[in-house]
Amino acid sequence: MQLIRLLSLSFLSLITLSGVNAGTSEQVTDYMLDNGMQVVVIEDHRAPVVVHMVWYKAGSGEEDPGVSGVAHFLEHLLFKKTKTLESGEFSRIVAENGGSGNAFTSFDYTGYFQRVAADRLPLMMRMEADRMINLDLGPEDILTEREVIIEERNQRVENDPGALFREQRNAALYLNHPYGIPIIGWRHEMEQLDLEDALAFYRQFYAPNNAVLVVAGDVEPENVLQLAKDTYGKIPPNPKLQERNRRQEPPHTSARRMTFYDERVGQPYVIRTYLAPERDPGAQKDAAALTLLAEILGGGQTSVLTQKLQFETQTAVYAGAFYNGTALDDTTFGLIVVPSEGVSLQEAEDAMDKTVLEFIEAGVDEEQLARLKMQFRASEIYARDNVKGLANAYGVALTSGLQLQDIEAWPDIVQGVTGEEIIEAAKAVFVKEKSVTGWLMKDEGDAK
Amino acid sequence: MKQVLSILFLFTSVPLWAASDIQSLKTPSGIQVWLVEDHNIPFVALELRFKGGASIDPVEKAGATNLMMALLEEGSGDLTAQDFAAAKERLAASFSYESYQDAVSISARFLTENRDEAVALLRQSLLTPNFDIDAVERVRAQVLTGLKSSETDPEDIVGKAFNAEAYGSHPYGRDDSGTKETVSALSREDLHAAHKYAMVLDRAYVSAVGDISPEDLSALVDRLLAGLPQHSTRDLPQKAELGLGAGIEVIDFATPQSVALFGHVGIARDHPDFFAAYLLNQIFGGGGLESRLTREIRENRGLTYGVGTYLVSRDYADVVIGQFASANDRMGEALNVLRSEWANISLNGVTQEELDRTKTYLTGAYPLRFDGNAPIANILVGMQMQGLDPSYVTTRNDKVNAVTLEQINAVAAWLYKPDQLRIFVVGQPDL
Repeated sequence: MQLIRLLSLSFLSLITLSGVNAGTSEQVTDYMLDNGMQVVVIEDHRAPVVVHMVWYKAGSGEEDPGVSGVAHFLEHLLFKKTKTLESGEFSRIVAENGGSGNAFTSFDYTGYFQRVAADRLPLMMRMEADRMINLDLGPEDILTEREVIIEERNQRVENDPGALFREQRNAALYLNHPYGIPIIGWRHEMEQLDLEDALAFYRQFYAPNNAVLVVAGDVEPENVLQLAKDTYGKIPPNPKLQERNRRQEPPHTSARRMTFYDERVGQPYVIRTYLAPERDPGAQKDAAALTLLAEILGGGQTSVLTQKLQFETQTAVYAGAFYNGTALDDTTFGLIVVPSEGVSLQEAEDAMDKTVLEFIEAGVDEEQLARLKMQFRASEIYARDNVKGLANAYGVALTSGLQLQDIEAWPDIVQGVTGEEIIEAAKAVFVKEKSVTGWLMKDEGDAK
Repeated sequence: MKQVLSILFLFTSVPLWAASDIQSLKTPSGIQVWLVEDHNIPFVALELRFKGGASIDPVEKAGATNLMMALLEEGSGDLTAQDFAAAKERLAASFSYESYQDAVSISARFLTENRDEAVALLRQSLLTPNFDIDAVERVRAQVLTGLKSSETDPEDIVGKAFNAEAYGSHPYGRDDSGTKETVSALSREDLHAAHKYAMVLDRAYVSAVGDISPEDLSALVDRLLAGLPQHSTRDLPQKAELGLGAGIEVIDFATPQSVALFGHVGIARDHPDFFAAYLLNQIFGGGGLESRLTREIRENRGLTYGVGTYLVSRDYADVVIGQFASANDRMGEALNVLRSEWANISLNGVTQEELDRTKTYLTGAYPLRFDGNAPIANILVGMQMQGLDPSYVTTRNDKVNAVTLEQINAVAAWLYKPDQLRIFVVGQPDL
């Protein structure tokens, strides 16, 4: 039994092995429009359904200082008025066509999608292209929507001590990079976001040469290309678009520790995050080793932390590790221990450290590694059952600095990682000076 | 032999799309199974349900079924929890075991290349769980941790308050994970008993989608389930008597955003007006940005991030409920809008335009649900449990389209009862 859902430890959903792995087995075609927009088509003819997604290579990481949350605010505003559609009409037309749709904002990207019957694809592409260029907001559009995003922050963050704790930990981990600022924004800056902030972000980043179109489902690639030329292809590129070059981290020379108290904490836990390398184009080996390391340490019943802390010593009711390598800049590797009744956070942390140290000395269990690789291979088969998940995996990778050839190479790179390389990756990432250790507690009593 | 068998158990075959149809089989040992055969991807998604679930736990053993289901993968036959996990990993199969109020469920995915081994492993967990004492203690601690966290989660607090008042001593009135006291007191014998009573053949429902022939599936299901008891001596519950009051009850909890859960009696799934009610709910508080409540509470006033209403039509009770969260100082205004909309739809019904628009949405969205082996298997087993026929997938949209404005507004007038609307709020709202 997994404790994850009981504790709503939402960050654990980032674990990649159990998620979708885009690989080589699916039918993928790609094109580049003259205006610089990338087009990726994933064929799945099992059902007459299509997923249509537009991804912008702009997330909260592209925000200027002082306007945190504006990328996400703009995402909401894209459902308002354009020069051809009334406010709310976009969603209404999608629904009237039996479709569903939504949008999401992350550190590295903002994405918009609809799921519709395959014959409705041209309409979706016309409307999505329209709001790439024709947004027509007035001051009245933004005021209520700003209230909505503040309620969203209330719901996702202010009402959840674990989420408040995560914000503080991220801010402590990243000394300079925008990954230290919450995607939804700091509340005091969200309250001041205005129309011009949103429009400035829109004008700079919403352009075909900064976007990736992913269409997945019952479609023919040449038809999609023609539709894309007729819609997105008509939009001029933004010549002022620059290379994505964010402020990077300075050397981390001091381990950081924090305690977070909240009356609403039902279950204390200790969590440590380390700054870790991400997948880079043409250089994914370290990230592949870390992906496997997270699974070996904390990816389920047979993992090292689970076996030691839950089964052998019963120090923990839950122990895990998490890593998401698909990111534009330096990402994080995390360890978490939820102590058993009567075990202090200090004891839990010490046991976690001891277990990791022993693992590095003992090396990787080759049989466990073989099982993981088998699961990884199978996950590509299972992934083909979920075309939206596949489309999503391509979109994330292509807006996180990777190219199609990196996505295609990834499965073989993972299969080629050796136990020694995993240990080397562990030694490189587990450097105390590059880490934040946090204790989430109801009160002082939880520490002891 | 195979050919003879296929004639025996192939009863009906209803077209779903061009590529696939639902086959209804009866295995040699008499188990009903629905299959959609699809050989595109080399795996099978299998769904298994046993009616009953947490609601058949005796009150002093509340949580037994939940703990039992969590322990099926924690040691069985000659395998410890770790052995079992390693074997499953080696096969790259995925099994999940869940417990709900009305049923327990097992969802499995396994590759064609090692199907027989995967099914043998799954069978072992279903037939011969050990409930070893160390596993019991370990998982019990996890359940207790979950119960403790749930005590300070405003959404859980509001759900518990609503259920306790609505259902009282009926099993729906309690948490299906049990209480700290009952879970702490559960013995290994209680778990063996819960296992014996929950997983019985005459309450089983099975569906599968993917890379398998009807002959092979029929044999597989028999192999998987042979040896389970035929009947349970724990009766299914009676219908619940709804005990909801009216008006607002506030549960004080120090948090910046209040959570509201509200509703009253609803409508049964097999009621002749169910489809009208379903359309009504979609117009009033259904998903997406299109519903009246979303428009009035979120889009026009910015009082919440999301509001939704649901027809919860379960085996032993039917309610129409909804939920949203608003900052403490704005909850009062949001509730005023809610009450006024509740009264409005009851009094004035909906417009022809709203009805037409919603029909287009629901009939267009329905086929989009059938877009993968796993989701189709899930839909099929749900249909079986509701007593629907395979042909339902081809008639369902007709039922939606048959609803008239006259009918839907007649239903609105009795379904929505503004004077009976019960509202629970957790937080510190200004009302």
